[in-house]
Amino acid sequence: MIRNDIIKELPYSKPFLFVDEILDIDDDYIKGNYTFRNDEYFYEGHFKDNPVTPGVILTECMAQIGMACFGIFLLKDQWSQKTMGVAMSSSEINFYKPVFPGEKVTVVAEKVYFRFNKLKCNVAMYNATEILVAKGVVAGVAFKK
Amino acid sequence: MTKEELLSKLKIIITPYVQNQEELDTLTEETDFIKDLEINSANLVDVVLDVEDEFDIEIDNDAMEKMLTVKASIEVIESKLAEK
Repeated sequence: MIRNDIIKELPYSKPFLFVDEILDIDDDYIKGNYTFRNDEYFYEGHFKDNPVTPGVILTECMAQIGMACFGIFLLKDQWSQKTMGVAMSSSEINFYKPVFPGEKVTVVAEKVYFRFNKLKCNVAMYNATEILVAKGVVAGVAFKK
Repeated sequence: MTKEELLSKLKIIITPYVQNQEELDTLTEETDFIKDLEINSANLVDVVLDVEDEFDIEIDNDAMEKMLTVKASIEVIESKLAEK
């Protein structure tokens, strides 16, 4: 299950799309992954001569899979890229391990609630050896543009 | 439940989401959640969900859209309580 149909509906593009595959999805849960390319634009400055994926980008990756992809799925026919937008409304994430260029991460998100077009999720990110990289809570809204 | 009790419960619910403390201290029925208290629209959803839990009522989309002021919220809560 890659669900290109959902990924195609995302309002992001390179160099700010951080979703490769949706592996599993239902009304309560989503699982997806992304592999950070060696030439991502932010590695040039974060850090000098020592590329590490910024925490804000890990947060963004968790939000794109756990909020945007999940939200588009939950909104079903209501979602339209033309008429609707998404926004992150809050995030609280703890980080446990660094993510280096070329690493593949898997994101899982569990719905806390989805009401009035607001989605709140518990999210976690794991690296290729299934070690916890980051964990927390994110929330976002879908709205008419 | 009297209106005063209802108002004081509502005030407790909204407090964590309020950005304008002065407006909260001088809260009236006319106070607007977004314009006066500077609650953002995402947190307005949390206010509504907390209201549901506190009063054990269910708030639908139409009612949610009305709940933009203290007065309108009290009216919605009172009518939902009356339906129970």
